[in-house]
Amino acid sequence: MGLGIAVSYLSLLVLIPLAAVAWRSLDGGAGAFWDAITSEQAVAAMRLTLLVSLGAVIVNAIMGTLIAWVLVRDDFRGKIFMDILIDLPFALPTIVAGLTLLALYGPNGPVGVNIAFTRIGITAALIFVTLPFVVRAVQPVLMELDREMEEAAASLGAGRFTTFRRIVLPALVPAIVSGVGLSFSKALGEFGAVVLIAGNLPYRTEVASVFIYGQIESDGVQAAAAVSVVLLTASFLVLLGLSVFERRMTRHAE
Amino acid sequence: MSILATGVTKNFGAYTALDDVSIEIPGGSLTALLGPSGSGKSTLLRVIAGLETPDVGRVEIDGTDVTGVRPQDRGVGFVFQHYAAFKHMTVRGNVGFGLSVRRRPRAKIRERVDELLALVQLEGLGDRYPSQLSGGQRQRMALARALAVEPSVLLLDEPFGALDARVRAELRRWLRRLHEQVHVTTVLVTHDQEEAMEVADRIAVMDHARLQQVGTPKELYEEPTNPFVMGFVGAVNRLGESFVRPHDLELRQVPNGVTHAARVERVTHLGFEVRVELEQESGGALMAQLTRNEAEELGISEGDTVHVAPRRERVFAGGDGI
Repeated sequence: MGLGIAVSYLSLLVLIPLAAVAWRSLDGGAGAFWDAITSEQAVAAMRLTLLVSLGAVIVNAIMGTLIAWVLVRDDFRGKIFMDILIDLPFALPTIVAGLTLLALYGPNGPVGVNIAFTRIGITAALIFVTLPFVVRAVQPVLMELDREMEEAAASLGAGRFTTFRRIVLPALVPAIVSGVGLSFSKALGEFGAVVLIAGNLPYRTEVASVFIYGQIESDGVQAAAAVSVVLLTASFLVLLGLSVFERRMTRHAE
Repeated sequence: MSILATGVTKNFGAYTALDDVSIEIPGGSLTALLGPSGSGKSTLLRVIAGLETPDVGRVEIDGTDVTGVRPQDRGVGFVFQHYAAFKHMTVRGNVGFGLSVRRRPRAKIRERVDELLALVQLEGLGDRYPSQLSGGQRQRMALARALAVEPSVLLLDEPFGALDARVRAELRRWLRRLHEQVHVTTVLVTHDQEEAMEVADRIAVMDHARLQQVGTPKELYEEPTNPFVMGFVGAVNRLGESFVRPHDLELRQVPNGVTHAARVERVTHLGFEVRVELEQESGGALMAQLTRNEAEELGISEGDTVHVAPRRERVFAGGDGI
């Protein structure tokens, strides 16, 4: 009964729309599909998307873990405030995030740093909107982590860095990886935060989602659907890979 | 190697965990820190290991002041109640951790780990993960891990506390034998007086953040210096001003001038031992332990009145407070 509801719900909400997109992408046959995803502009857009998404999740993996560490292990005034702050990028409409970043780091920004219409700008926007994923994945694991393992390592002669690298980090890796996976999937498809700051110059600063939007605007629905299918497949593979990896990593943890 | 703690005080906020504790632990001994929970015994052990820093006082290991030395530089082995196993490493990885941190050659580590696995009777389990071991096996792995680095002292914090009674009894005997083989100065924290008496050659009784008495198990049982120690290391009765062990109570049918009259509330036969619960006429419950023969000769049953006198008793100056 429960399973039936869950499956029907998921089908209606996720599977059927996705299937429709896939169907649409094959409107002109396999040849048209192939042409659409191998067009120079589409390839450039997808390559850029992959690159900036990777950049963003690498930064997220490191900074997210660090922030989670500070939130769990350190005591300071304003900790609750910081904890709430983490989720704000998520609550904000992403277009507002893009607007803010453009205003701050754009051509006439008050800080004198202009990263608008550059790959760094796109990466910054992606980091901003995917910030919570790694933090929220690592935080509970760190809270549950047995402090005595670290004390045992210390009594065995391990310094703080060795203890972190050999005892703490391996325990956090599954959580970091899971956060990274979600960040990466989100980054692959992000539109709102990117569209303003990217400048959307074809071949240079046009990401896949913006390319898709452009195609729809200019009646290239089939090409849009085809690139969407590639993005979807990439996301799915990332999530699948992570799930397999997580299972392996957590096999021996009780 | 000997351990010397001098005037150690440790506060956690408003709570005092150790209050001016001084203790000397001779090299090669197996000493138990015995006390109820919250008595400060674990904190003292953690101060010796360097896992806590004392607010006042100093700690010496083998004559060297280690008060400011970090735990990783103290060369102590520490075993935790809940094993603190490195879950993502095999048994081998766990036991060899201290050696690999010291950058010993792989072959050497392997050899030493094999030796230790044999010592703790875990041969053949080296490639398992901690989650695939029983509690008793995990704790033996933790012991091997602590012993791998040839620590100057071995510190055990309630090491058998998380195990069931049968495994606990087995591991106690095993630890005793191990200590006879390895001879490293060992300090064992426990709240179980029977465990302390069975395993340790010296016991330090702690209560309320203070050291109450240090001595051999026999000394503590026979010559306790205060009512708390007397009550903690064995059962005790209060008879007037004096404290009497249940087996030191003599029960008589007729009074002889020094006896106290008491009513028999309950007689429990436990095989060789017969336990008699009494209520003194002047108020206050008593418990007497008799052998089966003594009980038969006396021929008492519930509701009888008997006359009680101590064979051996202890009176403490200002003694109050069991």
